Amino acid sequence: MDVPPESRIEALLRGEGLLRTYEGRRVVDVDWIEVRTGEVLALLGPNGAGKSTLMRLLAALEPADAGRVLYRGREARRSDPEFRRAAVAVLQKSYLWRGTVVQNLEFGLKVRRVSAQVRRERVRGVLEALQITHLTEAPVDTLSGGEAQRVALARAMALEPEILFLDEPTADLDVTVRRGWLADLERIVRHAAPAIVLITHDPGEAFALADRVVVIEEGRIVQEGAPPDIFEAPATEFVASFTGAEFMLDGEVTETREATLIVRLDSGQALEAAGRAEVGGRVRVAYRPEDVIIGLPSSSTTSARNRFTGRVARLHPQGGLVRTRLEIDGLSLEVLITRHALEELGLAVGVPVVAQMKATALHVFPV
Amino acid sequence: MPAFREAHPEYRVRVIAVGSGEALRLAARGDADVVLSHSPRAEEEFMAAGYGGARRQVMFNDFLIVGPSGDEASRCRRLDVASALTCLAESGALFISRGDDSGTHAKERLLWTAAGVEPEGDWYLEAGQGMGAVLMMASEKGAYTLSDRGTYLSMRERLRLEVLVEGDPVLRNQYAVITVRDASNLEGARAFAEWIAAPNAQALIGEFGVERFGRPLFSPNAAAR
Amino acid sequence: MDVFVDAIRQAIQLLLSGDPYLWQIVSRSLQVSGLAVLLGLLAGIPLGTWLGLARFPCRGIAVALVNTGLALPPVVVGLFVYVTLSRQGPLGSLGWLYTPSAMVSAQFVLAAPYVAAITLAAVQSVPPDLRLQARALGASRWQALLLHLREARLSLMAAVAAGFGAVISEVGAVIMVGGNVHGETRVITTAIVLETRRGQFATAMALGLILLAIAFTANAFITRVQQAQPRRRRPLAS
Repeated sequence: MDVPPESRIEALLRGEGLLRTYEGRRVVDVDWIEVRTGEVLALLGPNGAGKSTLMRLLAALEPADAGRVLYRGREARRSDPEFRRAAVAVLQKSYLWRGTVVQNLEFGLKVRRVSAQVRRERVRGVLEALQITHLTEAPVDTLSGGEAQRVALARAMALEPEILFLDEPTADLDVTVRRGWLADLERIVRHAAPAIVLITHDPGEAFALADRVVVIEEGRIVQEGAPPDIFEAPATEFVASFTGAEFMLDGEVTETREATLIVRLDSGQALEAAGRAEVGGRVRVAYRPEDVIIGLPSSSTTSARNRFTGRVARLHPQGGLVRTRLEIDGLSLEVLITRHALEELGLAVGVPVVAQMKATALHVFPV
Repeated sequence: MPAFREAHPEYRVRVIAVGSGEALRLAARGDADVVLSHSPRAEEEFMAAGYGGARRQVMFNDFLIVGPSGDEASRCRRLDVASALTCLAESGALFISRGDDSGTHAKERLLWTAAGVEPEGDWYLEAGQGMGAVLMMASEKGAYTLSDRGTYLSMRERLRLEVLVEGDPVLRNQYAVITVRDASNLEGARAFAEWIAAPNAQALIGEFGVERFGRPLFSPNAAAR
Repeated sequence: MDVFVDAIRQAIQLLLSGDPYLWQIVSRSLQVSGLAVLLGLLAGIPLGTWLGLARFPCRGIAVALVNTGLALPPVVVGLFVYVTLSRQGPLGSLGWLYTPSAMVSAQFVLAAPYVAAITLAAVQSVPPDLRLQARALGASRWQALLLHLREARLSLMAAVAAGFGAVISEVGAVIMVGGNVHGETRVITTAIVLETRRGQFATAMALGLILLAIAFTANAFITRVQQAQPRRRRPLAS
């Protein structure tokens, strides 16, 4: 990754050379990271990747073992009242304190010694924004999980911070609640604060909410960019498999072309895939199951270079989609198609099919 | 006790050590078969009320008035208890009473009455505890108290108390053994009462304490009139 | 059974008649134990909080020691305090032995580790990230700590009640260092011992009933606190 110039007018927060170690293990090791105004930044990675720790370092809630965090060019510290006002975080568990919802919402404002009138206005504002006005006087221990998350977010938003950190805002919720909450978040998040840092382990959530995504693996940033870039051009095998291109085929590069490679798979077939590697090098080719186009042998071809004939080996219905395994001369392909498509094509175990994949849907990584 | 068990192996004895007052009350409730006490008045009431079978004297020891050492303290040293107590009361010296209706407490009350003094005021403390505890308290506070010779001698090394008055006949402390009329083990009770008044036991009593303190603590008088 | 019925009947009469001997003893018990617990709070809560939240090398041993405080035998405490306050002891010059001061001291030694041990547990039962969240909303470290304690306040109150119940019922320490002196250091427990020995069952029973009432009140309070756990309403459809 290229290191951008030192001064960036839009960068509210900048972390440099951040290092954090727990019990001998490196939890965070980041050369640089920026949080910019007007942007929703997602820190995406699996559990234990160090994203929450990175968030705490950026919010100055935890001291780094090395490196520094700059807020508007000066060192970010919790002892600095301006930074305290600017950077507010909502931790993963909602941690509401005993009392009513209103008492919780007023907490940060009272700490700041904001006048009662302003407090009331702000509280009313966030109650409406999050549609929890009906819970104003409710005691905190009567709230459901989803309601508690809303209150926790409202509590932070009432402080009108410059940078709002949200740690896994949907992690603890059950499925139905989560869907609704996610939809609301998309609407709210834009206006909640000038800059938002969202921590999540769900690529779907990151891609839906964020303007820019930073992918973290074992404490390190492995890719940074807009969601489509990460989706379509994963930089490493890890990023590819984490964002859905979880199926890998092993092989060797036999030819390089302008933007693509020809890979001879261990199972014998030749694939044209996007990427760069040396001829003769061992590689892994990643693909997404939804990128495999299935057709009947008689149907017309698409522009896909990679075309194979094989048979349906297994069908795994998963609600509205069906996971299908194809066997093609020693090559197994996992495919995801809709039930509708399944019926249209009349697929069943043993039925011969043609599988096609575009070169751009295949991502090559040297091993 | 070991000697009694040797002489009468057929009986098992359980000893409950409490003050005389309480001992007699226990016996009255039927919680004891035989009592060894040293509170003549209470014993007479006990017999009069019909709780007792037979009562005989066994031995006696004496009480002492003890108090802090030093010239100041020995101002009230007298040969007779009554004038010593009067002196103490007038000087306002701290006096600690057992305050627990025990035999010693009863004796103490008698002595005050005999001296014509009503013991009350800041200088008179009613402890409500046993002899040992009261002696420790007196030692700590530099106060006077009435104690039986046996307990005092056994604790003397640890106490900062010395004898103020002794030898006055009124300080004599008579022990008696009483069998309980409605005892559950009347046979055993009688056996014990007879044994303790017999020459063997009486000889043992007379020797008790000689080795440790140089003089006997008790004088056996079962045979005397 | 008659002896019970009679004793209880007389005891109630004594109580209702406002017998001064009784009430003076009760009042002294409350004062001695009350003051001891108050001092115990002042010492125990900060100690328990610190132990609950700080991390340092010998912490495990320190915690074990404090937890033993929940099981300190009163007679042993009485022994140590007695020797300390006796004339040959290091604090003999205070002249506190056989005065209420000695009793308060001994009961303080009993109450403080009790309060510290329960505070330690209460403080640890609050999630540590609570303070982090408070700071993430702009609170200072002190404000976050006070919030943490506030969250544990119900357990802390239960700690106080438990400590008070424990010291007002003990007899070992308070009779050794106090001496059970009439009008000065006689408290409910020591008086019950004496009056029972004297055969004054009605008086002993009256005091016993009062002590039971006090113990019951303390425990009722603790139970109420424990039962007031967070209730979860059925989750609404969001």
